[in-house]
Amino acid sequence: MLKIANLRATVDDKEILKGLNIEVKPGEVHAIMGPNGSGKSTLSNVLAGRDNYHTTDGTVLFEGKDLLTLAPEERAREGVFLAFQYPVEIPGVSNLEFLKTSLECLHTHQNKPLLSAVEFMKLAREKCKLVDLDTDFLKRGVNEGFSGGEKKRNDILQMLMLEPTLCLLDETDSGLDIDALKVVADGINALRSPDRSFVLITHYQRLLDYVQPDFVHVLVDGQIVKSGGSELALELEEKGYSWLESGTEQPANSLKA
Amino acid sequence: MSESNVIDEHINSGYDAGFITDIEMQTFDPGLDENVIRKISAKKNEPEFMLQWRLDAYQQWLKMERPDWAHVKYPEIDFNSIAYYSSPKSQEDAPKSLDEVDPELLRTYEKLGIPLHEQATLAGVAVDMVFDSVSIITTFKEKLAESGVIFCSLSEAVIEHPELIKKYLGSVVPINDNFYSALNCAVFSDGSFVYIPKGVKCPMELSTYFRINEMNTGQFERTLIIADEGSYVSYLEGCTAPSRDENQLHGAVVELVALKGAQIKYSTVQNWYPGDVNGKGGIYNFVTKRGVCHTDAKISWTQVETGSAITWKYPSVILLGDNSVGEFYSVALARNAQQADTGTKMIHLGRNTRSTIISKGISAGKGSNTYRGLVNMSPKAEGARNFTQCDSLLIGDQCAAHTFPYIVSKNPSAIVEHEATTSKVSEDQLFLCQQRGIDPEKAVSMIVNGFCKSVFKELPMEFAVEAGKLLEVSLEGSVG
Repeated sequence: MLKIANLRATVDDKEILKGLNIEVKPGEVHAIMGPNGSGKSTLSNVLAGRDNYHTTDGTVLFEGKDLLTLAPEERAREGVFLAFQYPVEIPGVSNLEFLKTSLECLHTHQNKPLLSAVEFMKLAREKCKLVDLDTDFLKRGVNEGFSGGEKKRNDILQMLMLEPTLCLLDETDSGLDIDALKVVADGINALRSPDRSFVLITHYQRLLDYVQPDFVHVLVDGQIVKSGGSELALELEEKGYSWLESGTEQPANSLKA
Repeated sequence: MSESNVIDEHINSGYDAGFITDIEMQTFDPGLDENVIRKISAKKNEPEFMLQWRLDAYQQWLKMERPDWAHVKYPEIDFNSIAYYSSPKSQEDAPKSLDEVDPELLRTYEKLGIPLHEQATLAGVAVDMVFDSVSIITTFKEKLAESGVIFCSLSEAVIEHPELIKKYLGSVVPINDNFYSALNCAVFSDGSFVYIPKGVKCPMELSTYFRINEMNTGQFERTLIIADEGSYVSYLEGCTAPSRDENQLHGAVVELVALKGAQIKYSTVQNWYPGDVNGKGGIYNFVTKRGVCHTDAKISWTQVETGSAITWKYPSVILLGDNSVGEFYSVALARNAQQADTGTKMIHLGRNTRSTIISKGISAGKGSNTYRGLVNMSPKAEGARNFTQCDSLLIGDQCAAHTFPYIVSKNPSAIVEHEATTSKVSEDQLFLCQQRGIDPEKAVSMIVNGFCKSVFKELPMEFAVEAGKLLEVSLEGSVG
């Protein structure tokens, strides 16, 4: 599904990712944890193809394709989805219009038949229910005047609608109260399937209480310094990150998930 | 691709209406003096009162100075280098029906997406076609006459309805109102005339389509709409011109009279040639539009301004009668080197008068967009209210947005509210759209359309879609 090898990336000429390796197989859920400034968000932005994030070395293969050569919208159409740490507002563009445009772009690319207006509405209503958003939200501007929790749930709604094959979630759990966190987790769990993979980027362990990861990686200073099963997250919760930052652990290159 | 690259590419888009119609024209030599005015008047077989009115205006214009307060820059205009009258030769004997209209002219309008045959037109829209200095044809005239509605060219109205012309022409925008309106009074060529009788709801949308074609000519059209007591009319104008390297002057005057309890909804989709990326060519759009509202009357201006090298235009409402309502909804786009200085004046004279101003300015490329508006509460405007919202959207980092709101309140019971925002089409918004599979060009047009939504919903249904598309075409290349 996703194979990242020796990935190096810079932001404003500063190297943030320093030779990162991860392999994600279909159906797997990977959690990437790490202290602030370790490069977690840079990783998600590089994978999604954001401007100003420059890769200087390494490869990223997504279903055998060189992801780094694709424009952001092409990556999305291939099935890469990023849930944002800070979802932005697009005033005046209704959620409905946005979702419909987005879904049509994806379906056109994937040679799938476009949904009729009726089918689309039915689907949208159904998915709204899953993330506990009133269908009135569909008529409102994208994230316009939404609370923090509503914005995150709206992102998950988009994920449910678009049914991507690779879901990257960049600190989706940050700033959420426990109810919203559960809703987000339910959304993720509803999408879990043998041919869909997840990369959960998170600072805290608490999302992992609700979404059981297959693998946990610790990112420190642009490298994966430790990988393990879900028990590693609990260990981190208890001990923090400092014991891994001292550099006593194996370098990342030797670790493969 | 960096954000600025993306945006630069998007700005360099084409102009769909830039073609030239190859047709034999009869055009006056450039230059302006009393003789030219007499010749224009004679061309139109005008009665003496009209000629005197023109000559009076010309004398006043000679004493006036070109206004320079607008936030726009352009070289001095040589008014003697402009031809003041130009008409297709085939229009010599005014055609009575579409069958008599030069097929080349019909093709021109078809190319612009305005089929003239009545069965082919948008359902329920009557159209007056103005080509350079003359009205080509007005559709659905007979059908409108059944309900007493007069819809014809202004030239025709001067001859057929002199009593209405004498009473109302120049009653809202006086001859000496300003430099360009005075010039218009002297040399106005053609335009539309509308009269809606008492208590009549005009059975269809009325519209005028203005086309400048000939080189080095100025178009000085003039429109007069009178809505008698308790009547209603919705009117729309559209404008295009060929792409040329020379600047051309368009100096129009529009007067609206809404008598007691009448409603006029006036919409404009202005898409004059804007000039090229470097600001070469394009129309100077210097326009005076004003309406007067009597008791309980309502005038609503909606404009979508995407064209012209320079726009200088302030559709205004004089709220003369008690409880009258004035509205101004505007979307103005300035891209490439376009300059727009536009806004409105709401003059509250009557008691409990209300006005709403919603202005959306979009600047892209090296475009400069200025909102200039006046809200004036006179001492007698007891209980008057105004709400103003001015939003500016910037695309890229070389454009500019300015807001000059003037508020004068001489009545302590009047309430004036003003809200203003400036925002950028942010990299974050673009990226969100892209990450959801939407290409950047479509994303920008979606974001801009969202920004303009509150204005578009004021346009007549058929044209709201058109306006959205026009904006899309105009923004093509603003982001690539």
